[in-house]
Amino acid sequence: MAEKVLIDGNEAIARGAIAAGCRHFFGYPITPQNEITEFMSREMPKIGGVYVQTESESSSVYMVYGGAWTGKRVMTSTSSPGFSLMMEGVSYIAEAEMPAVIVDVMRMGPGIGTGGQQGQTDYRQLAKGGGHGAYRNIVIAACSAQECYDFMQQAFYWADKYRMLVLVISDFIIGRSAEAVELRTLEFPNDLPDKPWAMMGRGKKGGIRSFYASAAIAQGGRPPDYHKRITAHYEQVAKDVLRWESYRTDDCDLLLASWGSSFRLCKKAVDVARTQGLKWGAFRPITIWPFPEEQLREVGLKAGRVVTVEDSSGELVEDVRCAMQGKVPVKLVPVWARHTPPGVMAGGSGLLYPEVIFEEVRKMEW
Amino acid sequence: MVDETMTKEVVVGNPKERVPLPFGIYCSGCHYGSIVRIICEVLEELNLGDRAVGLAGVGCSFGSYNIFINIDFVSCPHGRAPAMATAMKRIYPENFVFTVQGDGDLGAIGLGCWMNAINRGELLSTVFLNNACYGTTGGQMAPTTLWGQKTTTSAQGRNPIGTGFPFHGAELAASMPAVAYSARVSLHTPKNYREAKKAVKAAFEKQAKGIGYGFVELLSACPTNWKMSPVECCQWIEDTMIKEYPLGVFKDVDKIPLPQDWR
Repeated sequence: MAEKVLIDGNEAIARGAIAAGCRHFFGYPITPQNEITEFMSREMPKIGGVYVQTESESSSVYMVYGGAWTGKRVMTSTSSPGFSLMMEGVSYIAEAEMPAVIVDVMRMGPGIGTGGQQGQTDYRQLAKGGGHGAYRNIVIAACSAQECYDFMQQAFYWADKYRMLVLVISDFIIGRSAEAVELRTLEFPNDLPDKPWAMMGRGKKGGIRSFYASAAIAQGGRPPDYHKRITAHYEQVAKDVLRWESYRTDDCDLLLASWGSSFRLCKKAVDVARTQGLKWGAFRPITIWPFPEEQLREVGLKAGRVVTVEDSSGELVEDVRCAMQGKVPVKLVPVWARHTPPGVMAGGSGLLYPEVIFEEVRKMEW
Repeated sequence: MVDETMTKEVVVGNPKERVPLPFGIYCSGCHYGSIVRIICEVLEELNLGDRAVGLAGVGCSFGSYNIFINIDFVSCPHGRAPAMATAMKRIYPENFVFTVQGDGDLGAIGLGCWMNAINRGELLSTVFLNNACYGTTGGQMAPTTLWGQKTTTSAQGRNPIGTGFPFHGAELAASMPAVAYSARVSLHTPKNYREAKKAVKAAFEKQAKGIGYGFVELLSACPTNWKMSPVECCQWIEDTMIKEYPLGVFKDVDKIPLPQDWR
């Protein structure tokens, strides 16, 4: 077994990126992901890497875009408002089919929200794309520090393999909770494509130069041809990378559908229910694009009742309802079901504790 | 006396670093084609072609400089070339990385991106094309549009009240501590053309020698949007544009001053 360390999800992200061979980090401080930029600024110079503190997330995303054009593994990390600022660049990266990784450690929105506290209010933006142009990103959502470490390695492999931007998602809870993480190096097939397009100076490529203006121009085609080709590509990628997790669903008659940190709380709630003889189960999409619609439908229809639990006002629930095709009822435990501690300063906080989830779901009438 | 070395090929032939396409794609009288030639000649003279990476901003340079200049060349989102160039230079410090940006690209949408890059001391070079309007989108008012100049979004002429002041890129660059070279040149006469080439070469050399950031602002004609003939454009640059945008070298240093104890 590899070495185990006690680190939070943010440090696990940074260490996972370095384990994946990323040596180029461009970022701007924002809570609650500051531990990533701090770690990178400290560690990258020690291993011959590049750390640039940008002036904005807009600049971060374009350093990632420019860096990706050199063919090297590059990344940035941010939190919700910063990710919104990156949307234009995300669209350009998708158009150019550049491999890169962006981490979003979510906090509550909209706007400045709670200034850096927990939230899962970016689901639509992440899963459906907040930028223009009908693009797709692979989006993988971690629910533990270990997954942060592992998913970074997975993300860089996918990015290179499919020439896509991969988003690794965590949130305040995952990012700032310390857990034991096994620093294991994951093995991937040796099947990554070459990068003859890399802009590193033609001298390094036998005098053959690369140039790029836009996807349609680069491919000598028309925009409709581009969309036809890239959509087929996305469909293939969706089949290859789809990930999900079921928990105690074999005999369940009520399914909690959730994602990220909320899924872990749901697992706890399921355990509580099981001790009282209630046959609950839980399901999460690990990749929120592609979304495991068929897999969710199978367990959801079998259970007959579905409750979506998310630290948001109801975003994931739209995809859950879509998956259920109106055949079984779908209810929601949203952010306002949170346990809210007393006191003025705590007024905006609270958490969806497992006990809260259990009580909210138990008293639902079907 | 005839200089036998000045053959037709030398004088008007295709520069070595220009892709040998038998056409340009610019409007008649536009100076952008001349700037392509200058960049190609300077890259050749400084022997930078093999390790040069060019980045074009959005505007008339977007889909054209990458076609004609025979090096690694990427077109960038509007105003973001300095950020992309930063990453490309940091990852491959041995490469020669330069941006070509118009006045809207650098002076409006990308002003913050550009100023932060040069304030960080990025070892880059920039060719800044000032034609006093937005060329590609149809001649709208740019930050560089002169007071009183009529454009499609300043039909009564640019009014300082509400639209502010003509943007002076070269002077601004010269004011930044990490900038090694900043000049404004023009292309409206053969003499100015030669000065322009000298300036581009000087700016590129600052990076090639590892000294610092080099910046050249080129006043360039836009006959289509100025609604003038190519000859009238050159006259307008001489009579009007240079009055607002004086030509010259605003900064030229061989060392960027750093605190003594900083290593």
